[in-house]
Amino acid sequence: MSERGDLLMVRDVVAGYGAAPVLHAIDLTVPAGTIAAVVGANGAGKTTLLRTISGVLRPQAGRIQLAGEDLRGVPVERLVQRGMAHVPEGRGVIGELTVDENLRLGGLWRRDRADAARALEEVYQLFEPLARRRRHLGHQLSGGERQMLALGRALVGRPRLLLLDEPSLGLAPRVVARIMALLRQLRDDTGLTVLLVEQNVRSALSVADQGVVMSLGRVVTTAPAADLRDDVDLRHAYLGF
Amino acid sequence: MDRFVFLTLDGLSRGAVYAAFALALVLIWRAARVVNFAQGAMAVAAAYVAYSVASATGSYWLGFVVALVAGLALGALVDRAVMRYVDHASPLNPVIVALGLVLLIQAVLGMVYGSEFRPAEVPFSRGAFTVGGFAVLSPYDLFVFGAVAVVVCALAWIFARTAIGLRMRAAAFAPEVSRLLGVNVGGMLTLGWALASGVGALAAMLVIPTELGLHPHAMDLVFVSSFTAAVVGGLDSPPGALVGGLVVGLVLSYVSGYAGSDLTPLAVLVLLLAVLLVRPGGLFAPVAARRV
Amino acid sequence: MSATSAATPPQQRATGGAGRPADPRRGSTLLRHLAVAAVAGLLLLGLSYAVEPFRNFQIATVAAYLCATAGLTVLTGLNGQLSLGHGALMATGAYTVALCQNAFYDRGATGGLLLLVSLAAAVVVTVAVGAVVGVAAARLRGPYLAGVTLAVAVVVPALTVTFNGVFNGEQGLSVPVEPPPLALGAYFPYERWQLWIAGAATLLTLLLLANLVRSRYGRTFRAVRDDEVAARLAGIHVARTQVLAFVVSAATAGLGGALLAVLAQSVSPGAFGLTLSLFLLMAVVIGGLGRLAGAVWGAVLLVALPDLSHSVTDQLTLSAAAAQRLEGNLPLAIFGITLVVVMLVAPGGVQGLLSRLGRALLARWRARRS
Repeated sequence: MSERGDLLMVRDVVAGYGAAPVLHAIDLTVPAGTIAAVVGANGAGKTTLLRTISGVLRPQAGRIQLAGEDLRGVPVERLVQRGMAHVPEGRGVIGELTVDENLRLGGLWRRDRADAARALEEVYQLFEPLARRRRHLGHQLSGGERQMLALGRALVGRPRLLLLDEPSLGLAPRVVARIMALLRQLRDDTGLTVLLVEQNVRSALSVADQGVVMSLGRVVTTAPAADLRDDVDLRHAYLGF
Repeated sequence: MDRFVFLTLDGLSRGAVYAAFALALVLIWRAARVVNFAQGAMAVAAAYVAYSVASATGSYWLGFVVALVAGLALGALVDRAVMRYVDHASPLNPVIVALGLVLLIQAVLGMVYGSEFRPAEVPFSRGAFTVGGFAVLSPYDLFVFGAVAVVVCALAWIFARTAIGLRMRAAAFAPEVSRLLGVNVGGMLTLGWALASGVGALAAMLVIPTELGLHPHAMDLVFVSSFTAAVVGGLDSPPGALVGGLVVGLVLSYVSGYAGSDLTPLAVLVLLLAVLLVRPGGLFAPVAARRV
Repeated sequence: MSATSAATPPQQRATGGAGRPADPRRGSTLLRHLAVAAVAGLLLLGLSYAVEPFRNFQIATVAAYLCATAGLTVLTGLNGQLSLGHGALMATGAYTVALCQNAFYDRGATGGLLLLVSLAAAVVVTVAVGAVVGVAAARLRGPYLAGVTLAVAVVVPALTVTFNGVFNGEQGLSVPVEPPPLALGAYFPYERWQLWIAGAATLLTLLLLANLVRSRYGRTFRAVRDDEVAARLAGIHVARTQVLAFVVSAATAGLGGALLAVLAQSVSPGAFGLTLSLFLLMAVVIGGLGRLAGAVWGAVLLVALPDLSHSVTDQLTLSAAAAQRLEGNLPLAIFGITLVVVMLVAPGGVQGLLSRLGRALLARWRARRS
């Protein structure tokens, strides 16, 4: 197993809320510059997995490595500096702040102020609607605009690894398609690595390189996304279509 | 008529202090969802420190600066040493802890300084200027307005224009998202407590000389008036706290001027109840108010 | 663990249901409480003969505080309403008794039953005041409620100065009380008589409260505390329940204040300031929110701690002024620290710790027997 090519490595991670663990011995590897999609039914532990990787939830056992460095004991607020960005479920736009403030927040930790400003402008170019609504408050935006804002805010930090929790939740299919296309574009252009958690299996697997199927807190299968799309038995058993 | 003008100006001057103190309450409420019932006692403690420094060095201004610094430090200490460890699952818990701090701080002050009133110095004359035979403002009133205005403008600038202010607001509105974005939420909370407590100390320095003097309980009634001011403005709104402070100051000034100063405590209670029963979210509540 | 939910830990309920065979005592709650009250009364009677007059007076003071803390326990612990204004309610009861007794005295009326009339009047007046505050309180939550009751606590004592003519300002009023009946003998100690009065009133109060807590009303109190929406959906009138809880606790606070006035034979606003309200709250929190037994601990502490700090200061060699400062403020400091520490470390309070300890010992004992 080559450690060099793998940006994120999760080994035997056990985590949960209170006494009973939600995740049982999770193993997961995401090579640099690829998109991995974690799919599975409700309650499979997908969101808990993301929260554990980004340190919001402390694992009870196992280890998590980002680019070969162990993340144990690293506070959540330091992970952005190591190149990890987590866009939480429900998008996490701060409704009381303006679009511009939300975006600036994504780059505040950076020492390189000039590049942070450049990244901000790039995000505005990438998401045209946000540029038009700079001064609007977060809660005035539509669902799609909020997803753009949350995604853009993560990109301002120029992450190496992007953790995306249900970006398609509550969005129109056209908007979902745009976001998925954008993820692929970012991967190809900037070498961004993405770990995507999705209920929307079809669109997630359509964009991903690797598919990870979770059920009841365990990884059932890891396979190239194209194979999963074609594996009828697996789809019936775990994904319900 | 000249009496009305005098009472109005006097009310505005008192109101400015209430506004500052209410602003401090609002700052902590927004940052930590805690009404800091210990703020009066903390502010008095800072004022006592100023008193000690001023009597030792003979310099009012040194004492003034030390009071502000002591206020900042005390706020940070209360957050770091106590409030951080309070379980916020029930809103009763932080209130009870704050009240424990009130007892503790007042007892320590009583032990060190005794419970007699100590005269508090003023840096400027409290004798009013007269304009065309009207008694209007005193130099001290102008100092009060100036000090409160400087602090309000500074806070507004910090919160609206600086990166640290943006971090503080983000941490208050969405702590978990802010941590994911690299904001040190715990540090921002401590900073919020420190700033609020510093503003409270300033208010105490400004108001105590105009009352009976330094005493461990000197801010009890000021706290109640300022809490009323914060409620009038809505606990979530800093501009509301400023307007609320001026409103409370005016009401109390008129009541005391026209109906007798003995009635001011009752007036505060009536005003507080009236506002809470008519508009529980405050007069400036946003449309989608948080649950009271 | 929140302060209020700590009052009834789930495992306690579970063992209560599983450990006992179908709770045969359910029908006899009143009888059981009566028996406990009777035993407590006899103990108190014996105690009143066993200890010196000063201790009698102290126990009587504990009883007076217990009235108030028990009521506050019901309000804050069982119904989840925080009141910082109970010192003011005690003042209401105390001043009512003072005014009544003075009125009787001025008209030359004498007789043992007049004190009962005055105490009843104190309860009635405090209930009226409590109903007014309670109606307002039922619309308020959390810090807003705390702020309003804090305002009541600060403002009400100041009113005695505002209405100088009736309440005689900072000086306060004296409370003329009849000596013990002659039937008890010419040399019957006055303090023992005081203990009898306060003890009887307090036992009656506790009996009523204990039954209330175990009744349907007690359950609605707890339901409203735990989840207002759920309680409303279950058909409970939330506001009415909250006002009822406030009125009940106001009545006991009024009685407690009245007893204090009778014991001290005087009332003054200084005795009923914000500090008293905070002391009461501290007593119920330290005793254990939501437990009547915790209220006993709180009331004992209220009397014992100042006494203790008095003896501590006596041990130290200090100048008169320093000793006075220390003695006045040491109990406050201890109360404050205890309040903070208890909230951080043991939200169940003393009684919570004791019952946890008791359960652990019982479990070990059972394990050894089986």
